[in-house]
Amino acid sequence: MQEDKKKSRRKFFELGIKFGLLASVGTVAVAKAFDDEDNSEMVELMSTDGHIMQVPASEVHDMGHNQHDGYDPRVGFPDKKFVMVVDLAKCKNALKCQESCNKNHYITGENAWLKVYKMQESEKTAPYFMPTLCQHCDKPPCVKVCPVDATFKRQDGIVLIDNERCIGCRFCMAACPYSTRVFNWNEPDQPEAAHSGAYTPDHTGKPSVKGTVDKCDFCPHKIDMGELPHCVSACPNDVYSFGDIYEDAVTNGSGQTFKLSELLKERSGHRLLEGLGTEPSVYYLPPTERLVEFEEGMENYTEFQSVKKSEE
Amino acid sequence: MKPYDKLIQDLAPQKFGMRGKIWVAFLLVVILAALYAYYQQFDKGLIITGMRDYALWGVYISNFVFFVAISLVGSLVTAILRLSGVKWSTPLTRISEVIAVAAIIMAGLTIIIDMGRPDRIYYIFLHGRLQSPIIWDVLVITTYLLISILLLYYPLLPDFAILKKHFSNKPKLSKWYGKLSLKWSGTKKQTSIYNSSIKTLSVLIIPVAFGIHTVTAWLFATTYRPGWDSTNFGPYFIAGAFVAGAGAVVVIMFVLRKIYHLENYITDLHFDKMGKLLVLLCLVYLYFNVNEYLIPAYKSTNEESAHLEELFFGGYAPLFWTVIIGGLIIPVIALVFPKGRKPVPLFIIALLVVLGAWWKRYIIVTPTLLHPFLPIQGVPESWRHYFPTPLEWTITFGTLASALLIMTLLFRYLPIIPIHETAEERGILEQDKTETL
Repeated sequence: MQEDKKKSRRKFFELGIKFGLLASVGTVAVAKAFDDEDNSEMVELMSTDGHIMQVPASEVHDMGHNQHDGYDPRVGFPDKKFVMVVDLAKCKNALKCQESCNKNHYITGENAWLKVYKMQESEKTAPYFMPTLCQHCDKPPCVKVCPVDATFKRQDGIVLIDNERCIGCRFCMAACPYSTRVFNWNEPDQPEAAHSGAYTPDHTGKPSVKGTVDKCDFCPHKIDMGELPHCVSACPNDVYSFGDIYEDAVTNGSGQTFKLSELLKERSGHRLLEGLGTEPSVYYLPPTERLVEFEEGMENYTEFQSVKKSEE
Repeated sequence: MKPYDKLIQDLAPQKFGMRGKIWVAFLLVVILAALYAYYQQFDKGLIITGMRDYALWGVYISNFVFFVAISLVGSLVTAILRLSGVKWSTPLTRISEVIAVAAIIMAGLTIIIDMGRPDRIYYIFLHGRLQSPIIWDVLVITTYLLISILLLYYPLLPDFAILKKHFSNKPKLSKWYGKLSLKWSGTKKQTSIYNSSIKTLSVLIIPVAFGIHTVTAWLFATTYRPGWDSTNFGPYFIAGAFVAGAGAVVVIMFVLRKIYHLENYITDLHFDKMGKLLVLLCLVYLYFNVNEYLIPAYKSTNEESAHLEELFFGGYAPLFWTVIIGGLIIPVIALVFPKGRKPVPLFIIALLVVLGAWWKRYIIVTPTLLHPFLPIQGVPESWRHYFPTPLEWTITFGTLASALLIMTLLFRYLPIIPIHETAEERGILEQDKTETL
């Protein structure tokens, strides 16, 4: 009896949560339609577990921007937990992700935050391209070792760096097993745009600060506008999908939304260096049944460069 | 001359001779060059070093570990030998305590040199997080510095009182020694407080000394990196530190004995004993080295073997084997023979040990960083290697010169051999005092 009651209550909660989240799942077009319709109008929505349901249009509201008055870049967005899926089967090293990341974060050093590795585990196994960025671990070794709370984990899962706090000891870089952290060894030679507006850890690289550490920030500044991170939207091959683990949904650059749990189940998703127990927020889908030739990607591959220098 | 007066005559601080002045001038030149280099670094950033995103720590950190290691000798000679009732170590206590204080001061400064934002150093106190091993290091290093200074200072109190009297023809100097002696007059009450304070400090400093080097080892061992990810690291570092420290004491006691003609106080017996101690310490350290390298090599996981192959057969092999053979194995063999423990050969061996110890830290820090879990790609080819730049070397030599300068100045104004304790041990203090009165 009690078990049942618990179950049904949980179901109710689940439904409630899902219902509340419906509006945010790529339904901008539908949401727009509501504004003009009268109250009696019903709209069809798909829940995250695939059910189509009808909802009175008047009950559905656009969630608008996530940022509220009380928003704190150290705490993050409420009721969110961001997640990324990288489909290795689709990556052909087009490097549009890296280009876009470098440009939008004003990266002028020699080590990009997003890198596409040429990987081959052993002689007989197939080579593939593997994009890496900060894994936004749930047990981040970098955050653990930071002596001054300059790098921190937010409630929405994002790991950020406060460049106004960082003392430049580089312990976080030594601690990160994914080599995704980058140091500003000199005064960054960034374009003017990097210096516009007040500094916030929400947009790393705007500006980069000499003697401090930088890394991928999962683009909170884009999330805030309801958009996908730069790398996700720039990828021509839909390698990346980004979303919210609570919604169990991720969206790729073409706007297709997938149910996260099913995607990971069907495609046998995994995380990098799982054995270390860092609990990353980035999942990888194995490079099986590839539609792209590995050799094609080699055209773009540069072993010694990840940030293109503009010719002057 | 009465034995007591002769003792003071022999052991009272002496003015620098010509050699002393040249030595100090030389150190000052090196330090000035380092200050200029550091100004460059402060202005332009750590770009002036050979470090980059993969070799993210370099010679500054290994030099820091070296200083911490050397400083442990203070606790070895002053505390461990003192508490175990060893008599012969008395003339070496001050030397080792001076080395400890100089080294730990420079360890603290060296870590600041490595910081990208030294201007934000106070954030460590403002925003410090106890979860971070760096904060543990800051806490334990400051504690160790404090106890080391006290352990240097307390045994000096009676000596300062003696020097006040001895330099009565130099009022200024005499006044300073008088102030520093804290009105020491050798009463029963003072002596009892004095003895119990030194004993307490000697006990206190041992866990703190183990603490400082264990925590320094943990700066590396708390990461996942192959080569650092080792539960052996704490004791391995401590064992190595005692080797480095004992070597440093031998080198410095040899030089001081020569310059200040202390042959009556630092005798061949002291070299013999220190030589034996050094053999023991080297053997213990060798044992830890075997554990540290052989077990991962036996298992040969991909990550470990990439790192170990580089050390055993790769680019770091010449350095690695020179350090292991020249800095540990040869000293052990040489020091087993009584002839090897005579002052001159022991001095040469100890010099090898100290040099080996310095490079050993270098091999612990850098090669590991150049073997990360993911391959090194997308960065300039030069980022796959590390070697300190001339400016980086200049700064590093500056820190070494600073440590030597601190020692030189302390040896200039403090009695190198504890006067009071030596007199007491030789039973000439009280006797002669009453006789002269």
